[in-house]
Amino acid sequence: MATLVTDPNIAAPDDFYEALIEAHRGLTDAQSALVNAKLVLLLANHIGDAGVLQAALAAAREDVASA
Amino acid sequence: MTATYTYPKYAYRRPPELDGPSARRGVVVVGAGPVGLAAAIDLAQRGVPVLVLDDDDTVSVGSRAICYSKRTLEILDRLGCGEPVAGKGVGWKVGKVYQGSELAYQFDLLPESGHRRPAFVNLQQYYFEEALVNRARALPALEIRWRHKVTHVAPAADGATLRVATDDGEYALACDWLVVCDGARSPIRRLLGLDFEGQVFRDRFLIVDIRMAADHPAERRFWFDPPFHPNQSVLLHRQPDDVWRVDFQLGWDADPEAEKQPERILPRLTAMLGPDAHFEIEWASVYTFQCRRMQRFRHGRLVFAGDAAHLVSPFGARGANSGIQDADNLGWKLSLVVAGRAPEALLDTYDAERVAAADENLRNSTRSTDFITPKSAVSRTFRDAVLALARRHPFARRLVNSGRLSVPAVLADSPLNTPDAASFAGAMVPGTVAADAPVTGACGPWLLDYLGGGFVLLVFGEGVDAAAARALCAAPVPCRVVQVGGAGGADREVIGDAEGLVAARYDGRPGTCYLVRPDQHVCARWRAFDAAAVRAALARATCRPPET
Repeated sequence: MATLVTDPNIAAPDDFYEALIEAHRGLTDAQSALVNAKLVLLLANHIGDAGVLQAALAAAREDVASA
Repeated sequence: MTATYTYPKYAYRRPPELDGPSARRGVVVVGAGPVGLAAAIDLAQRGVPVLVLDDDDTVSVGSRAICYSKRTLEILDRLGCGEPVAGKGVGWKVGKVYQGSELAYQFDLLPESGHRRPAFVNLQQYYFEEALVNRARALPALEIRWRHKVTHVAPAADGATLRVATDDGEYALACDWLVVCDGARSPIRRLLGLDFEGQVFRDRFLIVDIRMAADHPAERRFWFDPPFHPNQSVLLHRQPDDVWRVDFQLGWDADPEAEKQPERILPRLTAMLGPDAHFEIEWASVYTFQCRRMQRFRHGRLVFAGDAAHLVSPFGARGANSGIQDADNLGWKLSLVVAGRAPEALLDTYDAERVAAADENLRNSTRSTDFITPKSAVSRTFRDAVLALARRHPFARRLVNSGRLSVPAVLADSPLNTPDAASFAGAMVPGTVAADAPVTGACGPWLLDYLGGGFVLLVFGEGVDAAAARALCAAPVPCRVVQVGGAGGADREVIGDAEGLVAARYDGRPGTCYLVRPDQHVCARWRAFDAAAVRAALARATCRPPET
């Protein structure tokens, strides 16, 4: 079973980060939220593996307490 | 009252208990709705005398539940009233989901042929109930008492004592078993103070039935955020008699009384159907919904079924359809227990199997509800993201949830199943409802005509000899042999696999045997006939000790 990769895995991390910010240029907060949600769904489908997705959800939520 | 339907009025009769002694009853069913009637018909067909008590004297007022699933129709076929329901109903299998005015995706609930019944029929609940009442009245073992209201229940170890109110006064009635099908507000559940845990959803919906001549195909159509009803959802279904069901989401702040008024409804319909549409309002109601169930469906000699035991949101048509499956599950078990052929423990499996099914329905219904009525800004954002992606990307269409429509429960974890010892391809794992298929034979052109009633051993080829078949028929819980292909005598029914679909759907090879329960669920299967294995599986499926 696959596990969530948390070691560096993107060849050009600065390029990716720039592209991520660029993808939100000119958008309102609501539009940005929609783009982010679509991105999450596209990537989640690409990953597919339920265990990896579950681990990613847990890692994303780590250190974020309920309001 | 509606323009297209005249409600029957069933006569109240003064009960003999008011003028003489009250005889103890075997089984009493409370509630002559779809579930109570189905349960009573099933029991009466099995030779168990049943008394049904109902506090009203007609069928469902308003069309209410309108989507009846393939499985419900199959159960009604077994109960002798499938044809009036399927014949009058509007069959459909395609659903279309729109975001705004654009089609986001569509689904087909029954893409394959070779089934007697369609994925769904739409039919007003009053027609459905009328068909069941007509069937019930043809059964000598079944008595319905209209305008008999149960006002008190005293459970006991060996049954229950009821007080029943009528126009002429109250009487007491004792029974061995009480089947409680008195609906979502279940007065009996409340009288007894039984739990009913779950969630109430903070949203309101307007349902309107309109009469309108229109030639739209019979499909389920669902809109998220359509231009004619912005920011809310709308659902449209076709019913018989040129009646259409429209379901408008209103939001929690809507005033239910005001929204029911024609002057509020008409502009909504005109916005949807256009200024030139001609229609008349038949019936309207504003509802909220809940997702909850009783912790247990069996309380000693009281058994709860249908909405009295569990409530789901309407998205997915899982209310009435799951209640009919409750009745289907209960009938054969209670009749074996009443006849002394199975221990009372068999009824605990009604609880286990139908609680598991209710949880599946609740899970699906809650998920649909969360998609249709998002409860937070981020939930709404993800919902909109799914709908936006669905237009271009197939993966996202699987995430669109406008209601996961009722499919029969797979009782995979049931203690009544015998685990597979051999490998099989296909869907017919123990716990599954036996799939239909076209056949040839003396009792009809569909496989399901031959399954159900009692236990059936479905055999591919001539692997069961005459002595073994006769022994199965003569067992304490008898089991008929239905043989696919080959020759046979009076000890079995022989059917032909008309299109090869029986073998295909059951992965049937010469020697393959399936043990099918009286409610048409598969409970065991083998690659070769073994009389001892079949006897052991039959014992297991009826909670009897294995033979020694």
